[in-house]
Amino acid sequence: MHIPDGYLGPYTYGGLWAAIVPIWIYASGKIKETLKASQVPFLALSAAFSFVIMLFNVPIPGGTTGHATGATLIAILIGPWAAIIAVSIALIIQSFMFGDGGITAIGANCFNIAFADVLVGYGIYRLVAGVRGQSPQATRRGGGSGVISTRHLIGAGAGAYIGINLAAFLTAFELGIQTVLHVGTDGRPLYSPFPLAVTIPAIMIEHAVLFGIVEAVITIFVLIYLRKSHPDLIGRGL
Amino acid sequence: MINFSKKFQASPYKKLWIGIGILILLSPLGIILPELFKSGGAWGEWGAEGLEKITGYIPEGLKKLSGLWKAPIPAYGFSGWKGLFKSSAAYIISGIIGVGLVVLVSILIGKFLARKK
Repeated sequence: MHIPDGYLGPYTYGGLWAAIVPIWIYASGKIKETLKASQVPFLALSAAFSFVIMLFNVPIPGGTTGHATGATLIAILIGPWAAIIAVSIALIIQSFMFGDGGITAIGANCFNIAFADVLVGYGIYRLVAGVRGQSPQATRRGGGSGVISTRHLIGAGAGAYIGINLAAFLTAFELGIQTVLHVGTDGRPLYSPFPLAVTIPAIMIEHAVLFGIVEAVITIFVLIYLRKSHPDLIGRGL
Repeated sequence: MINFSKKFQASPYKKLWIGIGILILLSPLGIILPELFKSGGAWGEWGAEGLEKITGYIPEGLKKLSGLWKAPIPAYGFSGWKGLFKSSAAYIISGIIGVGLVVLVSILIGKFLARKK
C-alpha cells in the first residue's frame, strides 16, 4: 500500500498533499489540548510499533506480500488524532530513509493509512464496542480502568479489518484513475498504467482475504496482552 | 546516555520497549517467509524496471518521478549484502535505525505539542 514515486500524477499526489497538511494541523491542535509531557514516550512507542509492524511482510504463496499497519490499534490506545501523527511519522521515515513509499506520494500514503485507516477503523471500533462521548478523551472515562470487554475486542477487530481494507481501496482507486487522468501523446499512460478494473481486484482481494485478517488478529492480541500487562493503558487515550 | 538508561529503567513502558526490540529481531521473518513461499513484493510497488517486465515499457511520467529521491537505505537493505543471512542482518539494522528515527521525531514533535506540566 506504500505508493512509490511515479505511480501517481501531479493532480493526485498534489491533491492528497493538500488534503493531508490541514489534517496534520488539525490533529496537532487536538493533541495539544490534552497531551502531557509524560505521555510523549507512549506516542513515540506507538509510532515505533507502527513502523516495526510494517516490516513484517506477510506472503501470499506464489503471489504478493502485504502487511498490517497498526492504525486502528494505535487509535484505540492513544486516540485517533495522536494516531494520525504517530502513523504519519512512521510512514514519512519509511519514505525518506528506506524508499518505502514515494516522497511525492507521502500525502497519498498518509491520507490512506494514517488518516482514513485510523479514523474509520477507530470509528467502527467505537460503533461496535458502544463507546460513547464526543471526544477521544471520553474513552478515557474511568481513567485507564483496564476494562476491555469481548465486545470491545470484536469492535477492535472489525475496525482493524475495515480500516485497512478502506486504505487498500483508496490506494487501488488512486492508482487506477491515473490511466484516465494522465495519458501521453502516444496514448500510453504517463503514470500507474493499470486501470481500476485491474487495481481494485488486485489490491482489494489480498487485503480482504489475508492482510485484513492479519491486522484484526494483531490488534485483538495486542489488546488482550495489554489488558493483562498494562491495564492502565486501556481506554486512556493521550 | 546515562540519563537515557535511567529513564528507561524507570519507564512504565519498559516491557513494551523490549517488545519493540524483540519485534525488530524477528522482523527478518518479513523477508524470509516471502522468500520461502516464493512471493514477490507488494502489488503496485515495483520499481521502474520491475514494472517494465510486466507492462513492456516504463510510463514517461513514472520514469521521471521514480528517480526523484535516492533513499539512503533503499528497501531496508545494503548493496552487496546478499543472501538470506546478510539481508536479514541488514533488515535488523534498518529496523534499529528506523525505530530510532521514528522515536526521535515523535519525541521532538511530542515535546513541542505537549502542555507544560
